[in-house]
Amino acid sequence: MMYIDNILFAIILLAGIGFFAKNVKKLSRNIKLGHDVDRSDNPSARWNNMAMVALGQSKMVKRPIAGFLHIIVYVGFIIINLEVLEIIIDGLFGTHRVFSGMGSFYGFLIGSFEILAVLVLAAVLVFWARRNILKLQRFASSDLKGAPKKDADTILYFEIVLMSLFLIMNATDLSFQALNSGNIISKHINPWFASLDIVQVEMIERIAWWLHIIGILIFLNYLYYSKHLHILLAFPNTYFADLNAKGKFDNVASVTKEVKLMMDPNADPFAAQPVDENAVPAKFGASDVTDLNWVQLLNAYTCTECGRCTSSCPANQTGKKLSPRKIMMDTRDRLEEVGKNIDANKGVFVPDGKSLLNDYITTEELWACTSCNACVEECPVNISPLSIIMDMRRYLVMEQSAAPQSLNAMMTNIENNGAPWQYNQMDRLNWKDEN
Amino acid sequence: MSEVLNVPTMAEMMAQGKQPEVLFWVGCAGSFDDRAKKITKAFVRILNRANVSFAVLGTEESCTGDPAKRAGNEFLFQMQALMNIEVLNAYEAKKIVTACPHCFNTLKNEYPELGGTYEVVHHTEFLKQLLDSGRLTIEGGQFKGKKITFHDPCYLGRANNVYEAPRDLIQKLDAELVEMKRSRANGLCCGAGGAQMFKEPENGNKDINVARTEDALETQPEIIAAGCPFCNTMLTDGVKAKEKEGAVKVMDVAELIANADDL
Repeated sequence: MMYIDNILFAIILLAGIGFFAKNVKKLSRNIKLGHDVDRSDNPSARWNNMAMVALGQSKMVKRPIAGFLHIIVYVGFIIINLEVLEIIIDGLFGTHRVFSGMGSFYGFLIGSFEILAVLVLAAVLVFWARRNILKLQRFASSDLKGAPKKDADTILYFEIVLMSLFLIMNATDLSFQALNSGNIISKHINPWFASLDIVQVEMIERIAWWLHIIGILIFLNYLYYSKHLHILLAFPNTYFADLNAKGKFDNVASVTKEVKLMMDPNADPFAAQPVDENAVPAKFGASDVTDLNWVQLLNAYTCTECGRCTSSCPANQTGKKLSPRKIMMDTRDRLEEVGKNIDANKGVFVPDGKSLLNDYITTEELWACTSCNACVEECPVNISPLSIIMDMRRYLVMEQSAAPQSLNAMMTNIENNGAPWQYNQMDRLNWKDEN
Repeated sequence: MSEVLNVPTMAEMMAQGKQPEVLFWVGCAGSFDDRAKKITKAFVRILNRANVSFAVLGTEESCTGDPAKRAGNEFLFQMQALMNIEVLNAYEAKKIVTACPHCFNTLKNEYPELGGTYEVVHHTEFLKQLLDSGRLTIEGGQFKGKKITFHDPCYLGRANNVYEAPRDLIQKLDAELVEMKRSRANGLCCGAGGAQMFKEPENGNKDINVARTEDALETQPEIIAAGCPFCNTMLTDGVKAKEKEGAVKVMDVAELIANADDL
């Protein structure tokens, strides 16, 4: 009988971690649906990016209020994980506050967790108010209607409940209160339970303790279904982000091959090309998620829908349909749909007559982009919505010849006379003699 | 003002067995657009005065392919790029200067992978080098004390992190440089990039160039300085839309330097 708690704990812990591991596998499988791109160069610059941008939150603080509050919640999250370690050891081995043997240092640790818990509660309440009372524009815009709004609020409620349970757990832990070390906040909560007898208080402590750890495991498993995945993926995402100057758009190597062949005066246009039986006909650009590369798909899962990109987008600010955040959300939603299709069809994707283009992202959104890089600059975790927009434009132009008429005219001019306007190339130097 | 511009071509230089210090990439706007041609000439006047040995490609220059690439036409971009690279490499070009941030970005970042590696500088960087090395001197002249605000072109600023060179030049004029509320990495696009210059904007409630012009006018400048022929067009149109063309001029940084002491 005496081990029943420990066994129950082990079962819940294993189930929580096991289910999470299963989802991580699915996540990794989905990301690998993207085609390959080499991001193994320059590891020192990549580690540095990760340290500064993900660990150091350097881009978060560019908006000081949100940045400061986010750092509180982030530090709270990381540090309180130490407490979770103690809970797991206690749960598995039947100990009680196994780290308390550290004496005054333990008091210092728990004391700082309690202070952080209160700060996190305060920060989360401000976050909630920004979304639900102040209704900041980037949280009230149409991209977030429905499920995304509910997701954002759910995360905040989770955090409120977890932090409250942590404080209640400490406040009702009579042996911990008796130590009178580290209960800097909880000693003020303890008197709330003064009217209850010891058994009842101990009962509340146990309930809070169990709910706290179960809550954490549920939250862990909620991640995969939520925008909150960024707490994990921000790290690989910043590591694998593009290191080139933002103005450098990637070179399409398959095109280079064809253009070189076309321009080679020695090439025989009628010569039979070597035939590769297994070769899939090359597709230029992207019309669906599987045409994107795995970093772009990782970007989509990392996006936490903060909307800094959209709020800085010149097209969005002037009322156009384009929202870089929606580009990322659409990419993830479609990728999830493709993933579920694969799961339902024994590991093979069965065409569903849908695609990222048109069913999720419209051409009107794609053509509104000025390629100004404001969204890329703004993203606190180095996501590039612009690279997806560009790949989709490439599909529209090179596979479908579906550019707006005026752009077709511009491109015809470049082709015919080497300038986007209809001027003769032979007149290029006329400015020299004009007055 | 009599215009005697000395503009040698690479072909002429080569015939004389000479290699210029720098190749001036004029760009399509700089060659054909009436407003941008004035910027080209202002820059050449400065080069002439500083005795810089330079040459242009003239009729051998062709679009870098930037608007084609941003529109999604990688084929056309690479055709343009490979043709231009062939010409540039034949002349053994080492250093290129251009007054167009789009040409600058494409030549600097997108040509190397296709076989064209050069030292590429924006004209504001080049002018700053001339001033720093003492090859060119300017006095504040007519811009002394004038309120000037600088609009960061996306393809110079965010795309390539060049923020200081144009500002240093404006300060050399003893002008009062005033910053817009959104500047440097936070600068708002003029609305022309990504091939938008060549099409009508999508439906919305405002034009981007008007929004950006409002940012600029908020600083109550006498001059809005730009470093890109397309930004120049967009902001000039924006100033007209706000009916401020009598009070506020849109000028390229090269024009400010050239006009400072009436070159």
